[in-house]
Amino acid sequence: MSAAQDGGPTIVDARGLRCPAPVIRLARAAKSAAPGERLTVWCTDPAAEHDVPAWARMRGHALVGTVREPDHVEITVEV
Amino acid sequence: MTDPTSHEGTRRVVLDAGGHAPLLPEARDAFLEALDQGWADPRRLFSEARRARMLLDGAREALAAVLGARTEQVDLAPSHVAALHGAVRSVARGRRRVGPGVVTSAVERAAVLQAAAYAAPDDHVVAPVDATGRVDVEAFTAAVAAPGVALAVLQHANGEVGTLQPVDEVHAAARSAGVPLLVDAGASLGHAPVPPSWDLLAGDAADWGGPAGIGVLAARAGVRRTPDWPEDDDRWFPGGVSIPAALSAAVALQVAEARRVREAVVLSGLVDRVRARVAAEVPDVEVVGDPTARLPHVVTFSCLYVDGEALVTELDARGFGVGSGSACTSSALEPSHVLAAMGVLTHGNVRLVLPMGTTETDVDAFLAALPSAVAQVRSALRVEGL
Repeated sequence: MSAAQDGGPTIVDARGLRCPAPVIRLARAAKSAAPGERLTVWCTDPAAEHDVPAWARMRGHALVGTVREPDHVEITVEV
Repeated sequence: MTDPTSHEGTRRVVLDAGGHAPLLPEARDAFLEALDQGWADPRRLFSEARRARMLLDGAREALAAVLGARTEQVDLAPSHVAALHGAVRSVARGRRRVGPGVVTSAVERAAVLQAAAYAAPDDHVVAPVDATGRVDVEAFTAAVAAPGVALAVLQHANGEVGTLQPVDEVHAAARSAGVPLLVDAGASLGHAPVPPSWDLLAGDAADWGGPAGIGVLAARAGVRRTPDWPEDDDRWFPGGVSIPAALSAAVALQVAEARRVREAVVLSGLVDRVRARVAAEVPDVEVVGDPTARLPHVVTFSCLYVDGEALVTELDARGFGVGSGSACTSSALEPSHVLAAMGVLTHGNVRLVLPMGTTETDVDAFLAALPSAVAQVRSALRVEGL
């Protein structure tokens, strides 16, 4: 994970990880994030695309959006 | 159900009977009897062959009686998948002048979705479902009412999450659009009342306690069908089926149907118990599917931060056979398309499809083992407190 500059979302790189690892890595980042902070998880596992929104719903975080890049998917949540 | 063939003295409880239920004793007896009485080729004309033909016709007649169909409307397939493929392909071909479209829900079984993609590569319309897995009737209705639709397909109930589908409403919509509806009752026959509203109906003998290797397809008169495969004496399922398996399948459905109401009360109560106790005793769990409008014997839940394969393996080591729709439990990377379409957690998934005869003792033993099995898998991933 790396903090982006100037209010941009924190990036959680979960590319190459399989379920449930991307959600776990995102949850670890969310635990140390301030309320209102945005986190963007990068993932290649097809399950993550379904599980990140489900996790956000279960934890009461807001889903901001999903962007499909050629080789991975970027999902942004607000904690 | 407790498996008496336990190994190393461990008590085994198998709670994953979807599409592969234990063979009912009556079905086993019928199978063995038919091996002696029905070995000959039913297409030939000598006495033994006529006897085999009689047994096969008797099996079709018995199945038709349960399904609410006429005998000549019922054909037997070598599997449920073959029944579904044959239905979709033959109707798509038979109604090709109307158009190429095939409409399905998003949560049909893979055999239906793949047959639709095969028969209608550019014209397969998928209607979404809500969070319980119930199809959006408005979207389905709009899709079948569009021009150029050859066939609509909707399951009676979902075999992964148990949710019953609004088959009557969707059939009414399909009928007013002049589109035949194939109802996939593969997860429900023998467990729930046979749906009355269909133009084609498919079922799976292995799911209701019959032998593997028999699928059933009933088609109402007037549904236009044409094979898109070579001609054969057995027009709809070339080569025919095993007669002992056919007879055994018919006996199994009669037995399952006779016990259905009593079994449903018991199993539905056990599923209520699983739903309540899993939600109360396992932290961070989602029990999914409709809590009431459902099959009596199916329940599914997903545990956050849990690897589905690790959990299935851990429960197996503790004596319990369960299923899972998580991607981590299959060779494919994709998780269950049913859980995905519902928007629920796909990882850490456990699916129970209770076989006939499952007892409270079986289910309580599972419920006693589950929380610590989940905790153990989570502890290996070091996710406590997340």
